[in-house]
Amino acid sequence: MTQSLASMSTPRNRRLLDRLMNVLVGLAVVLALVPLVLIVADVVVQGASVVNLSFLTGLPKPPNVPGGGIGPAVEGSAIMVGVATLISVPVGVGAGIFFSEWPESRLSFISSFTNDVLAEFPSIVIGIFVYVVVVLTTHTFSALAGALALAIIMIPIVARTTEESLKIVPTTLREASMALGISRWKTVIRIVISTGKNGLATGILLAVARATGETAPLLLTALGSSFFLTGLSQPTAALPLLIFTYATSPYKIWQQEAWGAALVLVVFMLALNLFVKLVIGRKFSEIRAEI
Amino acid sequence: MSDSQSSRAGFKLKGDTLLKGTVGAAALAIVALIVALAYELYRGSAQSIFQFGLPFLVGRVWDPVHQIFGALPFIYGTVFTSVLALLFGLPISLGIAIFLSEKAKSRRTMKYVIGTLVELLAAVPSVIYGFWGLFFLKPLLVTYIETPLHANLGFIPLFAGTPFGLDFFTAGVILATMIIPTVSAVSRDILNAVPNSQREAMYSLGATNWEVIRGAVLPYARSGIFGATILGLGRAVGETMAVTMVIGNAPRISASLFSGGYTLAAVIANEFTEASYPLYLSALIEIGLVLFFLALAINIFARFLVWRITRGTRTRV
Amino acid sequence: MEMEIGTHKEVDVAQPSVETSEQADAVPATQTKLEVRKLKASFGSNMILKGVDLNIPDRRITAIMGPSGCGKTTFIRCLNRLHELTPGAKVEGEVMLDGTDIYSPRVDPVAIRRKIGMVFQKPNPFPTMTVYDNVAAGLKLAGERNRKVLDETVERSLRLAFLWDEVKNELKKSGSALSGGQQQRLCIARALAVSPEVLLMDEPASALDPTATAKIEEAMARLKKDYTIVIVTHNMQQAARVADYTAFFYLGELVEFGPTADLFEKPKKELTERYITGKFG
Repeated sequence: MTQSLASMSTPRNRRLLDRLMNVLVGLAVVLALVPLVLIVADVVVQGASVVNLSFLTGLPKPPNVPGGGIGPAVEGSAIMVGVATLISVPVGVGAGIFFSEWPESRLSFISSFTNDVLAEFPSIVIGIFVYVVVVLTTHTFSALAGALALAIIMIPIVARTTEESLKIVPTTLREASMALGISRWKTVIRIVISTGKNGLATGILLAVARATGETAPLLLTALGSSFFLTGLSQPTAALPLLIFTYATSPYKIWQQEAWGAALVLVVFMLALNLFVKLVIGRKFSEIRAEI
Repeated sequence: MSDSQSSRAGFKLKGDTLLKGTVGAAALAIVALIVALAYELYRGSAQSIFQFGLPFLVGRVWDPVHQIFGALPFIYGTVFTSVLALLFGLPISLGIAIFLSEKAKSRRTMKYVIGTLVELLAAVPSVIYGFWGLFFLKPLLVTYIETPLHANLGFIPLFAGTPFGLDFFTAGVILATMIIPTVSAVSRDILNAVPNSQREAMYSLGATNWEVIRGAVLPYARSGIFGATILGLGRAVGETMAVTMVIGNAPRISASLFSGGYTLAAVIANEFTEASYPLYLSALIEIGLVLFFLALAINIFARFLVWRITRGTRTRV
Repeated sequence: MEMEIGTHKEVDVAQPSVETSEQADAVPATQTKLEVRKLKASFGSNMILKGVDLNIPDRRITAIMGPSGCGKTTFIRCLNRLHELTPGAKVEGEVMLDGTDIYSPRVDPVAIRRKIGMVFQKPNPFPTMTVYDNVAAGLKLAGERNRKVLDETVERSLRLAFLWDEVKNELKKSGSALSGGQQQRLCIARALAVSPEVLLMDEPASALDPTATAKIEEAMARLKKDYTIVIVTHNMQQAARVADYTAFFYLGELVEFGPTADLFEKPKKELTERYITGKFG
């Protein structure tokens, strides 16, 4: 009834197909990672020669004059992201706490759903909104408008991660705390501060990373500038804006400087994301890919 | 845990109410934000809607000089580039997901490193993708793919027209790279959620690893994978900077991969600050409204699909 | 080839007991299908099977019994090389199928699993496939495309699993639309369709009600004419009903093995007796 086992094996074509799929799957991984490697490599190679202290802090120069700097852009990005963080963190953390602690409320359901919708909004459309509401009414492009647009983009990220990190805390902890006579609001605050620390930090850092890289909404709100800020109500420079303008210009010197700015931006983004992933922990950064 | 249990003295009750009120206000603010957003979009595009009506969506001409506005070239470009992005990006994303979920089962470090690297792809800003695409990818694509295709198969409309690189094809390739992190991450979770008993059943019939994946894992996971694809589509539709830097920014409707084009997001980014009269601005805002609805519909659909499959097995998408 | 179940039962039940009692007195004379030698299995740093030697008789039903954690499921998963698929799992020793070690490096595990089939504790039909496609799945893997061959094999397998009459008009139904008992018989049919020589069953009826269990035991009684069956069970009555031979495992070791009647009525080891009389496990 039986043939020798050693001679019996799966037909060659099936084994070859299995091996082929192994190769293809590995190829897919390589293909996906090649752009990442190339981008980082190209940015470093092209931009390293340009970046130095005077580049980082100096004023831009006209396209036919070498030696321009990106100081205003760095400052503008920092200020706008900073203001955006100040606006979005209270709102985002607050909403996140509400979603997590009062999930039964109808407002919670509606707002949570709306929050998800907001998260998926094309950022250019947010730019339109802030343009109509702020720029048109104040008759000027401004850092404030830019910050507001960035804040709207950041809020859903902060709210989501806050909610997620609070949800992980088991209900028994809350119940135990309240059974000890600690009031609800104190319980919530305590949990938020102690357990949610990591989650909050992750959310805020990821939101900051996202906001720093955004260009489209700033095109319509901050517009860009060649000078350092003298207030929040004027057109403001930003790093990604500068990269866009210089890169799409026909001037070699500006393109070169764009690579330098790109290097700064990429290093910042990768460092921030790696910091979140490696230092704060994997649990929360897994949400990152879906944001 | 109702509020009535939360206090004995009036003082504590105030604390609880204050907290709930404050955070509730934050939640309310988000709702108000969306409502305001929708409202302002509508108000801003009212003039254009009134002027052009529904034909705006099928109008083929976008001519600001003569005050004729039609959205079709942008809808076409958005759809075309997004489909290309899925075409190129889905197989790769699936490959990554299969690799991380079905192969390399015991190599935890390798999975972690590769998973992290793929995530880092999402950390690169859109404008950098566009920059790199413009200076490095475009020449490569033109030399090694576009020109040969055109030279040999140029009689097919898809490959017609001399390729210069700023076209639908390049935009599609860049977009594909940008949606890979999302689609592969969600797909990986979907594949991980396929019960092991399914794999074992297939193995027990005498199947190779690939046959198990093809016969038991992928069919089980197919609606989830579909959901992941739609999510990727949602990303692609909203992408602005990378696309506008490589697509050519010409409001053209062409079947050729090598033709320049335009998308809904790109035209807003390029022409918004140049809009010199109210109708122009209104038309652009109406484009924004169309984009808003498109992204909204896609994302709601995607969320519904993924929710249906992974109910309770994962935190959030 | 329609036969009434009643007639079937009468014919078959009479014979097995005659056969086994004849063979029982001369245990070594029954042909051995699977010879297990010094089988060790571990998972990470956990040693689950500590060296098992066992001869599984050809075309008989052998029951593997023991308290939870004794390694019985790991044991049968070593028989079709399923255990090693879990990351961190290791196997040592030999399992000889008709004289050839299935763990020999010259042997293809994929081919082994076709010869040694398995039915799992919880029915696991492929939900995206029809009843027909579920049963035909193994054949299609092997490249069978001939419609006639597929049709015939599907029918034959479903009959062997005592499921044909219930689904013959609903072959296009989804595999998961059947009841639990039917799904399990579907899985049996699926495993049989590739004509294995050995059928491993891991507590196949533990998730089913008594009627469904009875149907499966009925199928097993008929199957053993052509197949060697190894069944893991924690149900002693079931072992007494269906198994010709029983092996008793405890903490990863084989304690006792012999004809079922002997093991239950005159156990040789004290441990066996304590288990049978319900003193533990």
